[in-house]
Amino acid sequence: MSESSDQHYVIVGAGQAGAEVASELRKRGFEGQISLIGDESVAPYRRPPLSKAYFSGDAEADSLLVLKPPQLEKNGIDLLSGVTVDAIDRATHTVTLSDGRSLQYDKLALTTGGRARPLPCPGNDLDGVFLLRSLADVDAIRAHCNAETRMAIVGGGFIGLEVAASARKAGMAVTVVETLDRVLARVTAPVVSAFFERIHREAGVDLRTGVRVEAIEGTTKVEGVRLGDGSVIPADVVVVGIGLIPNVELAEAAGLEVDNGIVVDACAQTSDPDIVAAGDCANHPNRFAGERIRLESVQNAMEQARVAAGTMLGAESPYDAVPWFWSDQYDCKLQMAGLSGGYDDIVLRGDPAAEKRFSAFYLRDGQLIAADSVGRPQDFMFAKKLVTLNIAPDRAKLADPEVPLKAFLPA
Amino acid sequence: MPRLHFVHPDGSAQAVEAEPGESVMAVATQQQVAGIVGECGGCCSCATCHVYVDSPWFEALAAPDEMEVMMLEAAVEPTAHSRLCCQITVADDLDGMVLRIPAGQL
Ligand SMILES: Cc1cc2nc3c(=O)[nH]c(=O)nc-3n(C[C@H](O)[C@H](O)[C@H](O)COP(=O)(O)OP(=O)(O)OC[C@H]3O[C@@H](n4cnc5c(N)ncnc54)[C@H](O)[C@@H]3O)c2cc1C
Ligand code: FES
Repeated sequence: MSESSDQHYVIVGAGQAGAEVASELRKRGFEGQISLIGDESVAPYRRPPLSKAYFSGDAEADSLLVLKPPQLEKNGIDLLSGVTVDAIDRATHTVTLSDGRSLQYDKLALTTGGRARPLPCPGNDLDGVFLLRSLADVDAIRAHCNAETRMAIVGGGFIGLEVAASARKAGMAVTVVETLDRVLARVTAPVVSAFFERIHREAGVDLRTGVRVEAIEGTTKVEGVRLGDGSVIPADVVVVGIGLIPNVELAEAAGLEVDNGIVVDACAQTSDPDIVAAGDCANHPNRFAGERIRLESVQNAMEQARVAAGTMLGAESPYDAVPWFWSDQYDCKLQMAGLSGGYDDIVLRGDPAAEKRFSAFYLRDGQLIAADSVGRPQDFMFAKKLVTLNIAPDRAKLADPEVPLKAFLPA
Repeated sequence: MPRLHFVHPDGSAQAVEAEPGESVMAVATQQQVAGIVGECGGCCSCATCHVYVDSPWFEALAAPDEMEVMMLEAAVEPTAHSRLCCQITVADDLDGMVLRIPAGQL
């Protein structure tokens, strides 16, 4: 690809998707200049451990890095860290940086991810109230905590529950407050939610569902969380995990189409042929969702980034990877394959009310569309394949733990 | 520093220097070894770091834990020499280890 050597490809956002775009461009033989621009002060890193092993002190920051500085250099990836891209001028193919520089691009990738949604209530700016998205956020939270800390977590989603497990592990007193009537309500079936509620209660978490947070109380520092029923949970630290706001403002100001994310086609191309987008910020057509969707997962960040890199190089190949996700809480590993939204039937293997190993299979019109497995990784692995192939398994066999899922694969 | 030899499905070999204490998956992804994806970052959740380890190194490795064994059962074409290389820690006595990369990871 010799003609590529005088090209300049610019990537905005040095997270997991941005790093993968850069790596993939090199793996595919791109010889031009690559600038990877990120507003955080560190090299690209993996976020999942932030609420898990890194939160509980079992992983070093260094082990989170996707590409370390020597590897970036070796691969000719120019990392501009601690710098924000303030504007894109599509007519002149230029980006303007917060340090006053401007860069000319031939192709541009937007991998801007998202930011944690702040708690919309009084007291959300008190000392001791934290959002959790970045390494810097976790370092700040950990600096505020010790084994005596009383931690209140707002939001019973994955991040809130993982932080609860990590904080319990560190000996803290933990309360989780969730507005909806069950945890993980947006992503799993009630039986799976009930399983996670059980393991958190067994671990000593004070879990409150179906209650709203009215205010964070305190004068300068957090003293407690006031709930809709008037009661106050005393707390020294509040961690808010109530969702993500995609970073679309830059794209929007540049006149790109935006609708719950930067709108891209199956090949990760935006409404501008020289600009792609991937990862948490990208709203894309997804056959497993049956509609457009914005996914927040490592799987999506990495696989869509590879598709985007291909498109930058003029080798379009549509994104068609089955979504998957994992979560580690206490000694339980949850692995999810597919997207369960719109299921009309659910089949269980194992008893989530009594055991710590089970799978929940989601069916629609008889077809397996998703599976949530705890401690049954083979089910997860084969479910990924079955979902990809639109298999309609026999219901009774699906419920039988003795029948390996492999049996449903076409010979 | 120990050297690891990755053999690609087409038979071509790639040698990389590895820092003791790092996982083989971390070494491979940092060095851009094609075919080792490491999507989950090494927490035994994805099996996109599946490799076949040659003797005598295979026998020299610490035995896989239950989670890894279960994941391997469902990996693409597992053999008696299959491992998830995020679970292998580089050490001086693994110098020269030969790891074969499968034709696919899903
Ligand atoms: C605590 C936590 C735990 C998680 N656990 C899991 C898990 O177990 N499994 C899983 O699959 N997923 C998990 N995720 C989600 C996963 O980490 C994300 O889906 C993934 O990081 C998305 O990658 P990305 O590159 O799209 O976005 P990001 O990682 O958000 O990266 C985008 C980067 O771009 C920067 N940026 C934005 N705008 C600009 C600009 N204008 N100029 C310069 N830089 C800019 C941002 O600051 C950021 O550094 C977790 C996330 C968190 C926060
Ligand atoms: S990197 Fe995911 S299982 Fe090894």
